[in-house]
Amino acid sequence: MQKITTQMLVERATALLNNGTVSAVLGWKKGEYDYDVTPGVFKSAEELSEAFVYGDFSAANLSKYLIKKTDSITGKILVFLKPCDTYSFNQLLTEHRFNRESVYAVGVQCGGMVDIDKIKSIAGDGVLSVDYSSDELVVSTLYNGDVKIEKSRVLAERCVNCKSKKHVAYDELLGESGEEISSGRFDEVERLESMTPDERFAFWQNELSRCIRCNACRDACPACTCEKCVFDNPNSGVENKSPANSFEEQMFHIIRAFHVAGRCTDCGECSRVCPQNIPLHLLNRKFIKDMNDFYGEYQAGAEVGSRAPLVNYTAEDIEPSDVFNRRGEDA
Amino acid sequence: MQVKEYKPLIVAFCCNWCSYAGADLAGNNRLSYPAEVKIIKVPCSCRVNPMFILRAFQRGADGVIICGCHPGDCHYTSGNYYTRRRMAALFSMFDYLGIEKERTRVEWVSAAEGAKFAATMNDFVEKVVSLGENKRLEDLRCKK
Repeated sequence: MQKITTQMLVERATALLNNGTVSAVLGWKKGEYDYDVTPGVFKSAEELSEAFVYGDFSAANLSKYLIKKTDSITGKILVFLKPCDTYSFNQLLTEHRFNRESVYAVGVQCGGMVDIDKIKSIAGDGVLSVDYSSDELVVSTLYNGDVKIEKSRVLAERCVNCKSKKHVAYDELLGESGEEISSGRFDEVERLESMTPDERFAFWQNELSRCIRCNACRDACPACTCEKCVFDNPNSGVENKSPANSFEEQMFHIIRAFHVAGRCTDCGECSRVCPQNIPLHLLNRKFIKDMNDFYGEYQAGAEVGSRAPLVNYTAEDIEPSDVFNRRGEDA
Repeated sequence: MQVKEYKPLIVAFCCNWCSYAGADLAGNNRLSYPAEVKIIKVPCSCRVNPMFILRAFQRGADGVIICGCHPGDCHYTSGNYYTRRRMAALFSMFDYLGIEKERTRVEWVSAAEGAKFAATMNDFVEKVVSLGENKRLEDLRCKK
């Protein structure tokens, strides 16, 4: 499989800008270091050659930015989408959040993204640069010199259990589109399910009590696109963090996960952006797993216009009281 | 020292068309159910937002029960079908987070089932009393 480089994306984007197909490019922008890549909008060839980057740190899912950008930019927008981003793209189209005609989508082949925290845990602090041109990353650090790490050891959590290398929406493709993968993404959920309730509570108390309520999971989530969010209500009494008790954030996380239940494409942005490294995708995956079990297999965003499980019903649905019984636990 | 008897606080969301009338019938028939059950009338069981349930728990409820028309009998045709899907997912999530599953329940009670309403409430309160106070979902910020 050919490796897709920044150069190839910049060339294609420049060509499309120059021939007038698009008026802006939504892509990934270099940060101060190799690993702090952020989403960015580029409007000229100069900007592209200066700051555009595509590599193992271009993890951000760009589909959500289309909602605001298609409103503020006249003409078409070029957006680069990795396979998992295309699911979010379709899901947003299903929800009529932006106009398909004002977007030119370019699917980009993805070899999995890496997690800087995992790199730091191996290479130590003071990471100066990361060379990801081959499958063996070369990390140059301030204290430990050059450290070579196999990419598979530092894959981002969501990429370890990649659900699909297949692009489900694009106007053109750079590189290859792969297949859906059955990668055992529910293994961790099943491990938690097999614990006792007390163990599960202890697990989640430990994880969620680290939450600082920065709302990054909500802001980055391509499914969380309400103009006004329930958690911004200052009269709710729970709109921000207060050191009242050790485990006050479960409501926020239950509701956040519930609001995207059935619409979550499992892109893993919530866990990626969490500054406290809370495994939030495990909450979403639980909902996905449940919906698959109760109402049949459903992958949000696999096709435009599909009906999410929670906005649908049949007369023979499972009763809430039977949900526990069928797992063989005593009710 | 005398130990104060534990009185749970139970919130019952009852739909206007079936379960609330069922509760009425229970009263008319002089069927007793615990006074700890506080009934909140909602137009339909699908009006119950998951936030309502969590807010009740945060503010000190020990159990939340949702009563609606039997599936197929919804006044609005399909409201309780949605309730059924939502609550199945939500209660499963509670369980996943280690929150006692006996604290929540969905029950279908028609306007003719006064006896079922009273029996359900008696049974539910008994279960919640055996669990004791809700500690896992309470929020000290919301306590008076």
